[in-house]
Order: sequence, then C-alpha cells, then structure tokens
Amino acid sequence: MTNITNQTRRDFIKTSAVAGGGLALGFYLPGSVSNVQAAEAAMPNSWVRITPDNTVTILVARSEMGQGVATSMPLLVAEELEVDFTKVKIEFAPPGEVYINSLLGGQLTGGSTSVRDAWEKLRKAGASARLMLVAAAAAQWGVPAAQCSASMGVITGPGGKKLTYGQVAAAAATQEVPKDVPLKPVSQFKLVGKATQKRVDTPAKVRGDSMFGIDTRLPGMLYAAVAMSPVIGGKVASYDDTRAKAMPGVRAVVQYSRGVAVVADSYWQAKKAKDLLEVEWDGGANAGLSMGKLWAGLRTASKQPGAVFRESGDADGALAGATKTITSTYQLPFLSHSPMEPQNTTAHVTADKALIITPTQFQQLIPHVVGGATGLKPEQVEVRTTYLGGGFGRRVEVDYAIDAAEISKLAGNVPVKMIWSREDDMTHDSYRPAGLFTLTAGLDANNKPVAVRFHSTSPSISARLFPSIVKDGIDPFAVEGIDNFPYAVPNLKFTYQMHDTGVTVGYWRAVSHNLNAVALECFVDELAHAAGKDPLQYRLDNVSLGQEKHKWSGLSAGVAVGQRMKVVLEQVRQKSGWDTPLPKGRGRGVAVMEGYNSVIAMVVEVTASANFDVSVDRVVAVVDAGPLIHPDQALAQMQGTINFGQSACMYGEITVKNGAVEQGNFDQYRVVRMNESPKSIEVHFLPFAEGQPPGGLGEPGTAVVQPAIANAIFAATGKRLHRLPFTPEHIRSA
Amino acid sequence: MAISFVVNGKSQSVDVAPDTPLLWVLRDTLGMVGTKFGCGKALCGACTVHLNGMAIRSCQTPVGSVAGQKVTTVEGLNNNNVQKAWVALDVPQCGYCQPGQMMSASALLAANRNPSDADIDAAMSGNICRCGTYPRIRAAIKAAAKMA
Ligand code: FES
Ligand code: FES
Repeated sequence: MTNITNQTRRDFIKTSAVAGGGLALGFYLPGSVSNVQAAEAAMPNSWVRITPDNTVTILVARSEMGQGVATSMPLLVAEELEVDFTKVKIEFAPPGEVYINSLLGGQLTGGSTSVRDAWEKLRKAGASARLMLVAAAAAQWGVPAAQCSASMGVITGPGGKKLTYGQVAAAAATQEVPKDVPLKPVSQFKLVGKATQKRVDTPAKVRGDSMFGIDTRLPGMLYAAVAMSPVIGGKVASYDDTRAKAMPGVRAVVQYSRGVAVVADSYWQAKKAKDLLEVEWDGGANAGLSMGKLWAGLRTASKQPGAVFRESGDADGALAGATKTITSTYQLPFLSHSPMEPQNTTAHVTADKALIITPTQFQQLIPHVVGGATGLKPEQVEVRTTYLGGGFGRRVEVDYAIDAAEISKLAGNVPVKMIWSREDDMTHDSYRPAGLFTLTAGLDANNKPVAVRFHSTSPSISARLFPSIVKDGIDPFAVEGIDNFPYAVPNLKFTYQMHDTGVTVGYWRAVSHNLNAVALECFVDELAHAAGKDPLQYRLDNVSLGQEKHKWSGLSAGVAVGQRMKVVLEQVRQKSGWDTPLPKGRGRGVAVMEGYNSVIAMVVEVTASANFDVSVDRVVAVVDAGPLIHPDQALAQMQGTINFGQSACMYGEITVKNGAVEQGNFDQYRVVRMNESPKSIEVHFLPFAEGQPPGGLGEPGTAVVQPAIANAIFAATGKRLHRLPFTPEHIRSA
Repeated sequence: MAISFVVNGKSQSVDVAPDTPLLWVLRDTLGMVGTKFGCGKALCGACTVHLNGMAIRSCQTPVGSVAGQKVTTVEGLNNNNVQKAWVALDVPQCGYCQPGQMMSASALLAANRNPSDADIDAAMSGNICRCGTYPRIRAAIKAAAKMA
C-alpha cells in the first residue's frame, strides 16, 4: 500500500454474470495495490447485484463502525440505479481490488474518506447498471433506449410496456458497459441528501440482533482468552500452565507470537483458567520505560531542527526583528481508542484454508498477514467483515486477527473465538501519539503577526504502518491540521521532528489534527489576547484569503479555504450569541479548522467551579461540508465527534510505567458519560454550491472541539492551558 | 448442578459453574448475544439486563445468584416504547452499547414516567457510549416517555 495522497486513476468498469444469471457491476482499479489478488479475483466483485427474482443487493465496501456507511454508500448507488431503497439488500463486500479506496490506496475505512471517495464512483456504478438494464430492455423490445425510462426497478418502454430489472438482469450483463455516464444534478436527487432518510441498520441494532465480531458463532467453536506482555512489545520468557490446564473446560494452552492463550469450551472457562497462568515475561527494550524518561526524550528530541514541511518568507529573520514574540509549547498525551467492543476475532485455520470473521477497518490486508502467519497463501484466506462496535482507527490494525489465526492453528486447527478483555484492549492499543508542539509568533508594533514558527516533536504512525509514505523525515499524517495553516502571515517555518518513544502509536480519529490543530487554535487565542482583540474577530481579521496550495494536505482540501472559514466564523458568531455576555464562572471559546475538506467553526460554553471542575454546557458548530449524503447522520457524526473530542481533552491520558500501560479500564481511562455530555449541541450545516464535493465528517469535529473548550476555560478562569487533558490539577497549575 | 431461571418469560436451565457471570451464560450458553461485553467490571453498562425488573450489570452477576428469578434482556423488550423511540430517532451509531442503554432506559421509564434531565443523568451515567449518542439517547427517552 503506497498510495496515500490524492491520486486520480482512470476507473475501469467491468461486468460479469452473477451465478444464476443476472447483472454484477463493479469498478476495477488496476495497479493500485501491488499485493492483492490477480485481476480475475476482482471479477465476481460488484457494487450491485441483481438477480432474476428482482432482488437488488448493494455491496458496501467500507466497514460500518457507526458512521453510517451501510446507508450512505448504498444511497449513492440507488440514487442513480432507480430502485426502491426500502427493498434493497445490503451486504458487506469481501476484500477485492475493485473496492480500493482511491483516496487511501487500499480497501481501508478511515480518513473520513468513504463518501468522498464514493461520491462519484458509486453514483456512476448505479447509473451504469441502470443504463445497461435499460439497454437490455430496449433491445428486447426492439426500440431505442432513449424511448425507455427506469424507475423503482421497472423499465417502461413505448406504449407503457414494462419489464422489471430482474427480468432483464441476465441480458443486461452482456450489454456493453457505457463509457460516459451522465449523472443527475444534485437538484434532482430523490434519496441522497434527504432529511427523513433513516439508517438501514437501526432496526436490527435496536432489536439487539446485529452481528458484531464478538457475536460470531461457528459450529464446534471454542473460546480463547489471552495473556499478553504487560510491557509494550514484550515476549513470553517462560510459562507454567499446570493450574490453568487443570481447570474445567480447558482444551488447550498454546504459546503464540505475543502471548499465551487458553482455549476452552466457553469464554468464562478460558478466562478463569487464563488468570491462573504463570507467565514470566521478557520486557525487552521497553522494560524501563516510564513517563519521566519518555517526556525527557521528547524534550531532548525537540531540540533537533526537524524537517521543514512548510516555509514562506524568512520566519527566523522576521522573528529576530519582531517587536515582541510569544512562544507556547503544548504537551499532549497518548490516548487510547477504546471502542466499546473489545478486539476479537473468530478464526478457523485448517491445512489449506482459513476463515477469519472479524470487526476490521482493513479487510484487504488480512489475507496477507494471516497467510504469512499461518503458512497459507492470501487467496486461501477468506475474510468476513462484521459490524464493528466502534473503530476510531483502532481496527485499521490487524494484530488481533493474526493472533486469533495463530491460536486456531496451534490449538489443533479448531474454530476459535478470541476475545480480549477490556484490560487487554486498553493496554495493547496503538495509541494516539503524545508530543510537544511549540508555536512562536513574532508581532509587529500593532501586535500583528509577522512570523509564525511551528515545531512539533512526536512519534510517526506511518513509519510503522506505511513506511513508504514517510519521506525526508516527514510523515504526511503527522503534519495534517497545520500544513494547511489558514492565517495570513508572511513568514512561516513549520518543522516536524520524528521521535519514537517505544510506545506503539496508531491512527486515532482525526489523527494529527488532534495534535497540530489543537495546539494552533489554542495559540491563536493567545495571540488574540496579546493583541487585545476578540478571539473570534481576530480569526476573521487574520484568515488568509489567498490561494495557497498545501503540499502535504493529503486528505484535506489541498488549497486555502479562507473564504469558507470566514463564513463559518461569521455564522457561528451569530448562532452562538457570541457577543452576549455570560455570568462569572462561565466562558465561551471558539476554534476553527479545515480538515478532510470540511470547514468547521465551533463555539463552546463551559462552567468552571472554584475548584476548576469544568462542565461543557453548550456547543454550537457551523459546518461547511458540501453536500450531505445522509444529513441526519452527518449530524450524528458531529454529535459523536464532539463527545469524542471532549473525552480526549477533558479526561484522556494514557501513561506507561516500567514499560506497561497504567490504565486498564474505564475507571482509569475516563470517557464522557451522559451527565457530562453537553446538554446542548447545535449543529448548522451550510448550503453548498452545485459541483462542490462532499467533505468528510467522521473525524474533524474531534479536533475542533478541544481548543474551543480550552479557550472557553480560559475565558471562564483566566487560565491558559498548555497541557492536556484539562483536569482540575492541570488547570490549577496552569 | 443445573441452575434454573427465567429469561424473557421462558424457563432456562443451565449446567455451568455458579460463579459464571450471567453475561456469559446468556451469550455463550444460551446463545443470546444481544447483551454485550464492554468492560467486565460494572463500569460501562454494555451488559445491562433486568433482574426482576431492575437494571443490573450482568458481567458482575454470578448466574448462581439469579436462580429462580426473572431476567429480561434486549431480546425480550418486545418492541417497547424505548425501542420505538430509538428507531424513530435513529439513536445507534455503531450500536454496540445500545442494548445496555435501552435496558437502562426501560428500567428508568418503568420507575419514572416522566424523567427530568437530572433523572436521566442519574439513571444513564453508568452506560458509556463511545460513539457519543448521548444527545439522541436523552431525546429518545423523552420521546418514549411521551408515548406512554
Ligand atoms: S460489561 Fe458489564 S458493565 Fe461493562
Ligand atoms: S453507539 Fe457505539 S458505543 Fe454507543
């Protein structure tokens, strides 16, 4: 997987017959991933499957982890296919080259890219299928296709003749794939963008019968509980399983690559026996790692010059000549993803094949890594993606699928469901990187910024996961949220210093926006304060209206969006009542950001007690995300990201002691609960221009809410926060 | 020794160690996987079920202690007003926490026909939703209260 930046490819459409006669249609994107199955393997894949009994199945090639892709992506297909959406069957797609996410270069769910990638592709898939169905009906009637129309799965010809999609599906499969597929203008949408649209997966989720990974059952299945090294990256030195093996129900105790697994007839039997294992661990390089040493390492590394990723003018010269300089360093901790469903996988590995049933964001990688771990070829590995009980980036990792496959094989090729405890999950996460983020601004005599210097020091996620995208010391995912610095300052110099701390780091919802943009939007507030300006007005006054292109903008707009920023700021001023005073002890803060081509401004209101207990009372967001495929779920993503970001900045901190993560469960790693969630979250989506593509919404809100909260705490308490999370202790000592 | 109790109106008899948490008996022994595992320590509420109408955390309830009693799970809510409101407001995102949320909400509404925001906070704060569906859960509880 090498392609991470935007890259346009010619889409190839291929058709093939569905077993039993019918139409299957998919896009084949050649050459995008080097290591996937041969092109033939992509042939039975499709976005749409129509069978003679009029069953229309739409395949979803992204993982449903709550963000609503199981609804939004089929909506795009159905909009052009002209079918009754309430009767459409939805299925999750297997791994296949056809399903590669063009924005990420892999069949991967992440980066708020699902609908951005799908926006044209899936409407074209639907339209192509419709045109082929109509052409088949026209051929059967011997009339020009132009005299036929399609609606609700029925083709109507001259004189009111009718054929259903099912009746012509087999013939349609042999039709030529249309080359130029015209798409409806947005104004004619019947399904996409409708406020009343419901999620397709809600009824089953409310009945309690949607199948998550952890709910998988196979005939003869056993259960595995595991012991893994408390020290990050540690290995088993030796173990004694005498007591564990004597426990009822235990079928096997096996040592696998990173631990010891107890396999038993039920999970509880496996877990109880696992607790009796006596394992000696070899902690390895991390054995002595603790936070003091870790932060000292980051501080030392931060003295390095780093790699320049954005530069204009002469920042060092302008800083030297500035009337005044302001410097702040923000310290952000490691964070755990902690989705509600702990990691798990059901695996059945036999001599010549493997079945892997798992909640994953990266199904395409699993055949390769499981094949590698079990001695099978990738094509011998079948992967089934279940519903995901949350993902947030944790399930881009495939570690737990490998573990389960190894355990299944070692336990005698039996089907095994491996379930991690919450503690396993929290202590074996790939954490949001910790880091130090230093901003320095040079101000002229009128307190106008003439130079900004940004220097970050943090571990690189991509250096482990996708090393080929890390070049000249720059991880594109480490500079997002700051490479697109949106303010008009003539002299800029931005640098990134990569520094591995020994703690495994991973992509965490909104990734480095949660680091860089958080630091930046806190800092901009400090600049506004120094200038004696209202922080919202200050942003309006300083937003760049230029057309700068952003070199490392990967998943962002790629170009300055100052005008869009001004609009969201002006709107949020109005909608939040920014200019009305709040009583003592309460405060309002603002932040703005472009990420994933969505531009979001938020105003947050907090109340701070005398002891610096902070409650987040109200959040007002104005969002320019272009066309919304599923407006109610766009709202849900904003509500969700606001809560997720609040958890991070108010409570989130993972620490290590002697190489082991100290937080094991939700008592030690606190997340927002009902009583802490803002009583009022108002989200206003802006109208969009025809032709404006959709922005991503699964992530950016997470990063915007955090500095808005910090700035609101400043307004309420006068305490300028440089260290997250915003606990009473950190506020008091600020 | 078999342990007998009633689940969703049906008598069940299971032959497991009495210290086995009710959660795993429901999920593994009885195959009723609607009740979820989230933390195993009574910290998240994903495993919430009703014991004689009261919301309890099944991960911390040994099955031996429910012998002869009545357990209700999400599979036994029978499309109640809470479920109707959950569907009407499209509450779930990933959905994993929602069986537990609905069990807590149903118990709340059974005891309090018209809960205030403070009542909702008190009854629901044991249930974590990592996806952040709290605004909709609150609205759906109020909507369900109006249906009664
Ligand atoms: S699993 Fe029982 S409260 Fe979390
Ligand atoms: S809906 Fe995902 S945890 Fe609540």
